[in-house]
Amino acid sequence: MSLSVSPVYLGREKPDSGEQAERLSTSGVPDAPETGTNRDHLITEAFSVFYGANEAVRKVSMTIRAGHVTAIIGPSGCGKSTFLRAINRMNDLIPSCYTKGRMVFDECDIYSPQIDVVYLRKRIGMVFQKPNPFPKTIFDNVAYGPRLHGIKNRGQLVELVEKCLRQAILWDEVKDRLDENALGLSGGQQQRLCLARALAVNPEILLMDEPTSALDPRATTHIEDLIATLKGDYTILIVTHNMQQAARVSDHTAFFYEGDLIEMGDTKDLFTNPVEQKTEEYITGRFG
Amino acid sequence: MRRSTRKLLDRSFTAYGFFSIGLMAAALLIILVPVFARGIGAFIFTETVENRRLNLEKFNRGNPEKIMREIERSQEFRRPIYERIARFEEEIRHMDPQARREYRRALTDLKRALSHLLGPVPGEPTPVLWRLQYGQTRWDRAKIKLHEVLFIQEWDYSDPDRMGVKVYRRRSEEFAGTSLYDLFDDLEKNVRDILQPRLTIYWRFLFDRSFDAHFFGGIWPEILGTFYLALGAMVFAIPLGIIAAIYLTEYARQDLFTSLLRSSISTLAGVPSIVFGLFGLAFFINTIGVSQSKSVLAGSLTLALLILPTVIRASEEAIRAVPQTYKEAALSLGAGKWFTVMTVLLPAALPGILTGIVISMGRAVGETAPIIFTAAVSVGRPLKLWQTFSQPTPALPWNIYNLSTEHEAVDEIRHVQYGMVLTLVSLVLVLNLAAIILRARVSRKLKG
Repeated sequence: MSLSVSPVYLGREKPDSGEQAERLSTSGVPDAPETGTNRDHLITEAFSVFYGANEAVRKVSMTIRAGHVTAIIGPSGCGKSTFLRAINRMNDLIPSCYTKGRMVFDECDIYSPQIDVVYLRKRIGMVFQKPNPFPKTIFDNVAYGPRLHGIKNRGQLVELVEKCLRQAILWDEVKDRLDENALGLSGGQQQRLCLARALAVNPEILLMDEPTSALDPRATTHIEDLIATLKGDYTILIVTHNMQQAARVSDHTAFFYEGDLIEMGDTKDLFTNPVEQKTEEYITGRFG
Repeated sequence: MRRSTRKLLDRSFTAYGFFSIGLMAAALLIILVPVFARGIGAFIFTETVENRRLNLEKFNRGNPEKIMREIERSQEFRRPIYERIARFEEEIRHMDPQARREYRRALTDLKRALSHLLGPVPGEPTPVLWRLQYGQTRWDRAKIKLHEVLFIQEWDYSDPDRMGVKVYRRRSEEFAGTSLYDLFDDLEKNVRDILQPRLTIYWRFLFDRSFDAHFFGGIWPEILGTFYLALGAMVFAIPLGIIAAIYLTEYARQDLFTSLLRSSISTLAGVPSIVFGLFGLAFFINTIGVSQSKSVLAGSLTLALLILPTVIRASEEAIRAVPQTYKEAALSLGAGKWFTVMTVLLPAALPGILTGIVISMGRAVGETAPIIFTAAVSVGRPLKLWQTFSQPTPALPWNIYNLSTEHEAVDEIRHVQYGMVLTLVSLVLVLNLAAIILRARVSRKLKG
């Protein structure tokens, strides 16, 4: 795929709310020109992220396949989270942070000035390391995104909230207390709620930044099962400390070390037969 | 460090803590107990028949027949006094000029003192001032006035090494050997029948306007004025303060200019309030002329300026204290800055912002200096809402000051002053209580 940049899909041509509401309600129809799991969804080319003078991610070139789960592993401070957060431009919050190189999403450069960041983030959702539901009701948490993007009809919202909570396998646990504060849920439930909330805006890519590191093993299993069910419908990038988790849930794995992308490949290959010395040392637990 | 030393340190620290907290509690009690004890005297006191007469004649309050009976009874005991004085006046006509002059002077003094206690002599023309139309309406004041009738206050300078000493001499001595000599004992004996003291509750103190420069009536104009001023200050300061706080935390670039701005705001919070008062006069009234002269509007604007730094700082800190993760969550869902602020940051920061607002409201209610030049007058009627744009108003803090220093008869209206203090302190306490409850409710709602 060529890297010609056209800001057509990510530009300001945001459809009006009615049209958008319709699109949000009919699931599985992304804005992308083509669907299917065999295209390249996200491509980076010599992509670097700087915090001031410190280069946290160094000239990373990689390709993320649509509909696949890609795990990013590496020791602490290797830049994997920074890289992930650069994809939906959450790093914009940090004043000293800037990038070099290209990151192309559906043929548009994410860092091109024409990009509407808000619209980009709607298409690239994110689940964070610590469950961070809003201090609102469970319903309002899931409905936050759809409301933001213009769905006002109560019936439509109810339907969508139920659909997303079911997708996140949380519906049965919370259906009787949708009006209770989300902070009353357990950690694992909160994380699934955050997932449901992210799904409610119908993103194409889901970024997960160590989504299970704050959870107990049972809740972790829940989330991992969820990732398996979401695969195919969504392109998923997951940053994890846990190599077993990466091996369990992902199709591809990328190994980062000190800001460099050392190796990337099919998960099975990478874990059984790593090319690079560093990778082998890391997955065999010699450092990290 | 040895274990015993550590223990000793911990213990002494705890002791210090208890000591300072105890000291604060004691100080609070020492301040509040007299405030309540004295202030309550404006509401619950022993009234005299004069008070009942005043209430009947001026406000049409009370049972007319009963009060008329009481007045009648009072008159029965007063009549002999006035008759004896009239007889004595007749007597001194026949004395030699020297004695006549002295007795006449003594008699004039006596009559003045008596009229302070009992009011004007029946049959004389009614004076204009209310305070001259009636005798003492409060029994505590009446006892003081009775003392002034019975005793003459003099200064004893006989010892050249000491300052003058106040001494009291029986007034009856002035009339020794005359028919008036017994009058004083009779008066002392009969004063309860004349004034008929009785405990009363004057809850209308809060809702009456004042009459004859606070000699009579209540403090409703002051309460209402305070309310208008605080409300006006809130109307101006809250939106400005919160918007400024949002700007400073979310929109402003965190550079030298912003930090300069921030420290300027902190400095502004420490500027003496009298400076704000003078600024309000110079700017709001003299320069841009929001009103011809003092007005509630000008006072509110000045108070708003005074509390703005507090509101900004409190809101800023509250917004800053909202976990970054909430903001990230909202942004990751595609919310813009504005939407994030409105739906996530402000609701989560609300308890902190509310606390700041109520604290500054307490300040606005109690501030005196900023309204001296911009809004406050010593007496006035309760204002209508639309009058606040052009009219000055009395207000509790300023009138407490006024009644205790500038009033023409400070000693005579202490009870009103104490009543005002009690009202103001209660108002501030209630506001703070409301803040605590509000904060607890909102944060409980947030925590789920």
